[in-house]
Parts: sequence; C-alpha cells; structure tokens
Amino acid sequence: MDLEALWLSLRLGALTVLVLLPLGVIVGRWLAYRSFPGKSVAEAAVALPLVLPPTVFGFYLLVAFGAASPIGAAWQAAFGRPLVFTFEGLLIASVIFNIPFAIQPMQRAFEAIPSALREAAASCGMTPWQVLRRIELPLAWPGILTGMVLSFAHTLGEFGIVLMVGGSVPGETRTVAIAIYDRVQAFDDAGAARMSAFLLAVSLIAITATFVLSRRVGRRLA
Amino acid sequence: MSDAASPDRAGLVLRVEQRGPIPLDAALHAAPGEVTALVGPSGSGKSTLLRAVAGHYRPARGRITVGSETWLDSGAGVDVAPHRRRAGLVFQSYALFPHLTALENVAAALGHLPRDARPARARELIDLVRLAGLEDRHPAQLSGGQQQRVAVARALAREPAVLLLDEPFSAVDRTTREKLYRELADMRKRLAMPVVLVTHDLEEALMLADRLTLLQRGRTIQHGRPYEVLARPASVQAARLLGLRNVFEGEVVEHRAAPQHTLLRWRGYVLEAAAATVFAPGARVAWIVSSARVVLHRRERPSRGESENPVRGIIGDAVRLGDLTHATLYVDGDPEAPLRFSVPTHVAERNRVAAGGPATVSLLAEAIHLMPRDSGEP
Repeated sequence: MDLEALWLSLRLGALTVLVLLPLGVIVGRWLAYRSFPGKSVAEAAVALPLVLPPTVFGFYLLVAFGAASPIGAAWQAAFGRPLVFTFEGLLIASVIFNIPFAIQPMQRAFEAIPSALREAAASCGMTPWQVLRRIELPLAWPGILTGMVLSFAHTLGEFGIVLMVGGSVPGETRTVAIAIYDRVQAFDDAGAARMSAFLLAVSLIAITATFVLSRRVGRRLA
Repeated sequence: MSDAASPDRAGLVLRVEQRGPIPLDAALHAAPGEVTALVGPSGSGKSTLLRAVAGHYRPARGRITVGSETWLDSGAGVDVAPHRRRAGLVFQSYALFPHLTALENVAAALGHLPRDARPARARELIDLVRLAGLEDRHPAQLSGGQQQRVAVARALAREPAVLLLDEPFSAVDRTTREKLYRELADMRKRLAMPVVLVTHDLEEALMLADRLTLLQRGRTIQHGRPYEVLARPASVQAARLLGLRNVFEGEVVEHRAAPQHTLLRWRGYVLEAAAATVFAPGARVAWIVSSARVVLHRRERPSRGESENPVRGIIGDAVRLGDLTHATLYVDGDPEAPLRFSVPTHVAERNRVAAGGPATVSLLAEAIHLMPRDSGEP
C-alpha cells in the first residue's frame, strides 16, 4: 500500500472539503433564494464539471495554470512555485472540479426550507445571521453533509484531472487513484487490489453514513 | 398581563399602493384591542398586505405605522427590517421550526429577554395557550390545533405591537376550529394590541371581528363594523363579495319624511326602502335586501307584514338544508328577477313552498338598502 499516496489523497480530500464548505453554503444558499437574470447560466456553470470529460477540464486548467498563462505566472511570482504539477495546483483543480458535488446538494437543501419558516424566524426577531445559524443551517445540514461527503469521496477517486494537472509526482501530486494506475502499469496487481479495496470501502462507508444521517433527520422533521 | 403592554391608541395604520406585480390600493386601520378582519376571496391580496406589515413584502409606495413607530414610509425612505418590526405573525401553515420543540419554538422569539429569563417566560406562554405537558414535543408530534397554539404563543412571545393572523383556522378540522375560535375570543379580551385576522370566511369574520375590511384585487373597498358592512354594503361589488345575492336595480321615486323612507320603483312595484337621501328622485340605483328579511306570507290567512312591500311570484326552486329551506321566488313569474329567501323548513312545508307554486312575500323596508349602480366591475 502506497501510504504516501494515501496520505496525500486524504489531505487533498480534506482541504477540498474545507474550501468548498463555506463556498457551497454561500453559493448554494444564494442560488436557492435569489432570482436574477442569468441564473440559469450560473447554475449551468456550476453543473458543468458533471458533464465535461475530466481530461477536457484538465486540459483547460493545465493551460490556465501553466507558466505561460497570467494566472500561472502570477502564482509563480507570488509563491516562487509553479501551479502545475504541485499540490496547490491540484487542490485548486480539485476544488473547481468538485463544485457541483458540493453546491448542488447544499442548494437543494436550502431550497427545501419553506420561505414561511425564514419569514417566521425574522418575525421572531432573529437577525439574518441568526436565521442562518439557528434555522437554516440546522435544517439544511443533511444536504450540506451530503455535499461534503460527495466532494471528499469524489476527490479520492478523481483520476483524469489529477493526471492532467498534477501528473504523478510522489508526495506532491500522486494520489491513491494515480498510484493504483501506476501499480497496474507495473504489474503489481496485489498492490492495486489493496488500494482499490480501500478506496471502495471508504467511498461506501461515506455514502452510507450520509444516507443514514439524512434519513434519521428526515424522520425527525417529517 | 405583560402582553398587553401597548398603551398607544393609534394602532396599525396602513396605506399602500402599487401597480404590479400584485396590484395594491389598500388602506387599513386596526385599533388596539380590536380584531380587524381582512376579508376577501383568495388571490385578493390579503396575505400580501399582512406580509407587508411584517416586512416580508415591500410594496412600491406606502406608509405603515404602528403606534408611534413608522415601519414603512416609502416617501421618507423608511423601511424597517422584518426582525426589527415587533409584529407577531401566525402563518396559515404555522411555520413552526421543525427541529425545535414547542418550548424552543416559543423561546426562539424571546431574543429581547436576557438568556436566563427565556425558559420561564416560554413556559408561561405555553401555559397561556394550554399546552403544558407538551412543551418538549416537536411540531411533527403535535396535532394541527396544538401547532396553531404554539404558533400563537410564539407570536405573542415577542410582545408584539401588532398581532397578525393569516388564515390561522384553515388547516384544522371543524371541531378544533370552533374550540380555537372560543380561545381567540377569550384571549383577545386580554390583548391590548391591534389584531388583524385574514380570512376568506365571512362567517369567521362576523364571529370574531370588531371591524371588517373588504378586500378585492388588492383594493380595500369597505371598512366598518361587520354587521353594518353586511347590512349596508357600499357598492354592488362589496355586496357580491359578501355573498349577498338579492341585488337588483331600481329607480328612486321620492323621499318621505314620516316615517322616513325612500320610495323605490322596481318592476311594477313601488317599494318602501330605508331612507337614502343621497340619491335624488329619478336616480337609477342598485338595491339589496337580505334573504333573511324577506318574509313569506301565510297561505291561509294574511300576515301582519302583508302591507309592507308585498311582492308576488312563482317559486323557482326550494332546497331544504336541514332546518332551513332556501327558496327562490321568480317575481311576477320572471326568472330574470330571482328573489332569494330562507324560511324554517316547517314553515316552508306548512305553506307548501315548492317549485312552480305561487307565493307572496314582504320585503322589510328597513332591510332594503340602496347603493350606487355598478361601475362596470363584476
């Protein structure tokens, strides 16, 4: 088992979730409650990574992050490190690619809160911040949790985009999914099998946990 | 009790207008300690007005004041945020917080009290609405009537300057509703703030309200004491909204001084009507008579009211609904002049009120109310 790859994957997954949690809550809530011209376009942009092949997405990110691009050059100037083939670049790619997995369940969760409930909360004297903290988040949290778990599990399993943007630098960009591919290339089927089984188990546990929690909350609120 | 802490007598004064998306042209006044019913068909803008008072809907132009506080003044750029308006709002769906217990729901509206004072006050309010023993239940574990009481307790918890009830009785069964009517009637004696009750049910309004405001398509068309509004609608439109069906057109003949009556020509009859001197002799007017003020003459012997506006015709239909029979008299046999009246079923049977049979009725003069003719609105 490539523990270094495993640790890298877990770190990448955790950081991706950490970035996406506030982003998903803010954007998901905004999409749920606001109507504005071009909302459909915004929602389509959020969903885009679901339908785009990872290699296509990875290609554009590679071009955008490269040293020749303004983003890549600015990053290099600011931090003295390139964006491509580094952990930071991989993290940014991972965040962007996981946007629909995080935002969509959170948006649905906020949409499911009846507007009368939010109005009632305001009429109880709660400030908008208190409404969010005491009413919206407790009611939306199964959806928020689902978004977090989906993003985490999806990060562990992502292959194409990691290969395009990060390559397979040990300790820097070689995730479990890449390591499995490397093992197979090296005819180490046993090593690939162990890591595959591990990924399978992690994904299954994570998804099961969200279903159980959502159902339990659903029963309580029904 | 401390809920009754609004000394200001001005109450709620609302004036809002806008062209769209929901057309509004409404004025509303709700005095402290009084229940003002806002009555209109569904889609007439009742809930929108209520939401405007609470700050959840912003009309294009308007002014909303409660006591000495101004909550909205579009001219002066005042628009107080909903959480700063002390409006106790009971939603049609109750809108209880499903993840909080009954007690926590009530305590959620006690943010103005110090934290350690909230549980005791929440318990007091739970007791007030007779839910003691159920405070730890979640809304899903409460019946409709119990949920409604939690919603009322929560609305009162803020010590609101105005209590707004949005069709609060529509989601419970009939038995519970009647119980809740009595509780509201009982509770309002102890509340000093203005109460606005939105309902599409006229009987509910007649039963519970001190004042009634009629609303149609966002426009308030009449305001007054419920039975006055019912007896003297200001327009044909208001009469139709009140479900009054004996609406006819006639011509003013003259005004008499003693007894004070207005004579009204209708078809071949000259009817004595309640004095309505605003209409000049010769004016075309609309008039109504309540179906409860149409008196059936006995067949065998003349009744005392025989001389009072007797009208003859053929019974068009007679429908027995329990103890009351609702009948239509085609005046002079003309189905274009259907006069509705109700009599106790035993009276209908004794006098053989049945479709096709002849009948004579008296229209009580004081119950004939004259109105301007319809301005074209349905």
